[in-house]
Amino acid sequence: MSSVKDWAAPNPITENRSGLIGKSVDRYEGRLKVTGTAPYAYEVEPPAPPAYGQMVTATIARGRITHIETQAAEQSPGVLAVWTHLNVPPQARRGERLNPRSQRPANPALASDRVEFYGQTVAFILADTLENARAAAEKVEITYAAETAVVDFLASLDQGELPPGEEDVHIGDFPKAFAASQVTVDETYFSPIQNHVQMEPCATTAWWDGDKVTVHTSIQMVKGGQHALAETLAIPSDRVHLITRYIGGGFGGKGQAYDDLTLAALAARAVGRPVKVAYTRQQMFHGTIHRPAVQMRVRLGANADGRLNAFALEAITHCARHATFTEHAANFSRNLYAAPNRLTGHRLVRMDIPHAGAMRAPGEAPGMLSLECAMDELAEKLGLDPIELRLRNEPDVDPETGKPFSVRQLEQCLHEGSQRFGWSRRNPKPGQVRDGRWLVGMGMAAAIRGNFLLPAKAGLRITADGVLTLTQGMTDIGTGTYTILAQITAETLGVPLEQVRVELGDSDMPPAPGSGGQFGAATAGSAAYETGMVMRRTLADLATGDPRSPLYGADPTLVSFANGNIALDNQTETLAALVARSQPEGVYVEGSISPAADARDYSQHTYGAHFAEVGVDVVTGEVRMRKMFGVFAAGRILNGKTARSQVTGGMIWGVGTALTEANTIDPRFGSFANQDLGTYLVPVHADIVDLDAIFLDEADDKANPMGIKGVGELGICGAGAAVANAIYNACGVRLRDYPMTPDKVLEGLMAKGL
Amino acid sequence: MKTTMTVNGQVRSLDLDTRTTLLDALREHLDLKGSKKGCDQGQCGACTVLVNGTRINACLSLAVMHDGDEILTIEGLADGENLHPLQQAFLTEDAFQCGYCTPGQICSAVGMLQEVAAGLPSQETESLTGPISLTDAEIRERLSGNICRCSAYPQILAAVRRVAGATQ
Repeated sequence: MSSVKDWAAPNPITENRSGLIGKSVDRYEGRLKVTGTAPYAYEVEPPAPPAYGQMVTATIARGRITHIETQAAEQSPGVLAVWTHLNVPPQARRGERLNPRSQRPANPALASDRVEFYGQTVAFILADTLENARAAAEKVEITYAAETAVVDFLASLDQGELPPGEEDVHIGDFPKAFAASQVTVDETYFSPIQNHVQMEPCATTAWWDGDKVTVHTSIQMVKGGQHALAETLAIPSDRVHLITRYIGGGFGGKGQAYDDLTLAALAARAVGRPVKVAYTRQQMFHGTIHRPAVQMRVRLGANADGRLNAFALEAITHCARHATFTEHAANFSRNLYAAPNRLTGHRLVRMDIPHAGAMRAPGEAPGMLSLECAMDELAEKLGLDPIELRLRNEPDVDPETGKPFSVRQLEQCLHEGSQRFGWSRRNPKPGQVRDGRWLVGMGMAAAIRGNFLLPAKAGLRITADGVLTLTQGMTDIGTGTYTILAQITAETLGVPLEQVRVELGDSDMPPAPGSGGQFGAATAGSAAYETGMVMRRTLADLATGDPRSPLYGADPTLVSFANGNIALDNQTETLAALVARSQPEGVYVEGSISPAADARDYSQHTYGAHFAEVGVDVVTGEVRMRKMFGVFAAGRILNGKTARSQVTGGMIWGVGTALTEANTIDPRFGSFANQDLGTYLVPVHADIVDLDAIFLDEADDKANPMGIKGVGELGICGAGAAVANAIYNACGVRLRDYPMTPDKVLEGLMAKGL
Repeated sequence: MKTTMTVNGQVRSLDLDTRTTLLDALREHLDLKGSKKGCDQGQCGACTVLVNGTRINACLSLAVMHDGDEILTIEGLADGENLHPLQQAFLTEDAFQCGYCTPGQICSAVGMLQEVAAGLPSQETESLTGPISLTDAEIRERLSGNICRCSAYPQILAAVRRVAGATQ
């Protein structure tokens, strides 16, 4: 096993002789996307005309199906099959694992007469056309025996239990220290249910060839999807070929397989022709996961000089009745600010609503909405600038574990952002700046998000024309994976970018964990780098061992790779010439990365600082974002353009979090009140004004050989809190209940007599 | 029902279910899958195409309503290997991430610039009868029917600006 010391040695990426690392090259697959020719899962051309599936979903929260009337649907024009729990083909039982090494267990559809959440799939129509399938779906009549369901989170807070295997973290004596603190904040914040709303609803195209099924599906994790389907069908995983080349957004919501995958595969086998199944937009809200609501109590106790003496963040969240997913909203705070006496922990309420799950920066995204506002409140009580308060609580080492930080540039982010944004223009007294009917204010927040490296592999082929093709069972959900892998491979092998191809999203390729937890670039990229290094050694051996090569007999460890050549001193030849002559059938190698044994000796995170300016309409209570700026430190940046897009996208999610995004449960049905884009309000173009972000120079040699870290989730962390703090600074209304919609703002304004 | 449309300059004759939307006709019958289905109810804009020069949500329109119409989709914008200036600008400015809303964004921008040139005002336009100044606010307002969940809005604005020129 490698050590972080090995990673600190110079290598082709850190030397960056061609300058491809960090370069803002256009997206590798960009041309396909702007011409509409990148085929997403539902658009893949199957080998024969497909049949179309349509799911029918439950309209109760909890209970049992007592009767399903399917005759009218069966007799509807073009219908090929109508499935319910009574006649769906056999599948493995939920949670079963034939192969103990499967990453995901069986996930059957239509498994029983039990309904566990509103929107659960309860029937499936297969027809010759989409129109016929949809029409038949309307004709299925279902009778339920409904049971009492727990669907009201706020009324169930006292039902919260410790998540499985977890304990609260106590350091020092929080209650005593809090009681003794000179200045305190004790406030409760609420982050509502949120939905991913990826632009592409989940979809699958499936067909069988003998006993092997090919599925094109929209999923972030290749192996997880392949294994889940294999277990569900009770077949070996090598009989499931899962392909996911282009994915119309994921954000965590496509980290797992859903019923579209299972039903498409089952149906294609049953009718002996390809089948396409997609969720409707409305079905996505219930049928896939959501970010659960979180209620957070923050207690801060400080000395008069602003140094925290006591700190507590306690979060209560929810998940589906038989699930364990926990939104770890307090975890980030264990690494953020110094305080000798600490208490953090989570409680989980089981409810009869759809499954909670990971959504962009799970934990941090809702969690930072609380602490970063509480810090603002504390700063005001202390009469300190909010930036200064954070600087006074910068820890020297990880405040909980005592481990050294690998690199921590939070202070630099705060300083740089303050200057570039013009923080000095802020009037610390709220409600003082008026622009017509608008009250204008500024707010800031810190950002922190963990960094991870998981085991991954990659394959690399060079053909006689000198073209290098990187293959990896990795995904690109819009993050830029194709592009950065091409840059890494080109820089490692010293070839022009045009000489590199990247093929992803195929279960036959060397596996990588996929896109999630902002570990994608570091994990897949490090595997690509290591594989490139294997190729370098292989080509060096090939050249120095071939009497026909000008490098024959040289020391293979001394050769260099640049400009498409392999060279030593003035002896050189192109990679194409070497391969064409010495191994014309091409060279294929694989490589892998795994976490260093001593990486856990360091507290390792990405950091940032958000600055926001908003206007509050004193007449309507509407909040408009006016300006937002983010400064981030996230290791070496592979592509300035795609990395910036990741963090600006995350910041805009923060704006949505602060101002519009929420779902609520209809207590009568256990359904979401918002089931489409007209009611679940994500930011649109007119909502986003003057927003930008920069990265600080950084390299984290404790992270991986390239010194890179993730950026996909950092941008959202803290962003909503910066907006909330700006609202307070604008109008003096302190809201702790996200999102800060006009009704809430107006109530606050009226209470202040404004 | 027999329907004949001119799609990206080619006459295409179809015999369609009257329930088939223009979007599904393009995607499932004409092998033009560039127009995307994001919501199928006119709320996201991913299916935006130009019908007789005007942008519409193809999911909200039945195909048989378009007999004799001229349809322009994302696949019809490039001139062979030469990208349409907006396609190139989206690439240069990184005005997309997952790419699923992108064809709709680009078609919408094409239609939007034509609307501005024709003097059609928007919510942001100062004078309903005077000339339109294509401010950033105008562009944002006119493209707000196209949702980008990856939230590439600043980059989309930059891409449109690159083609439309500096603020007039």
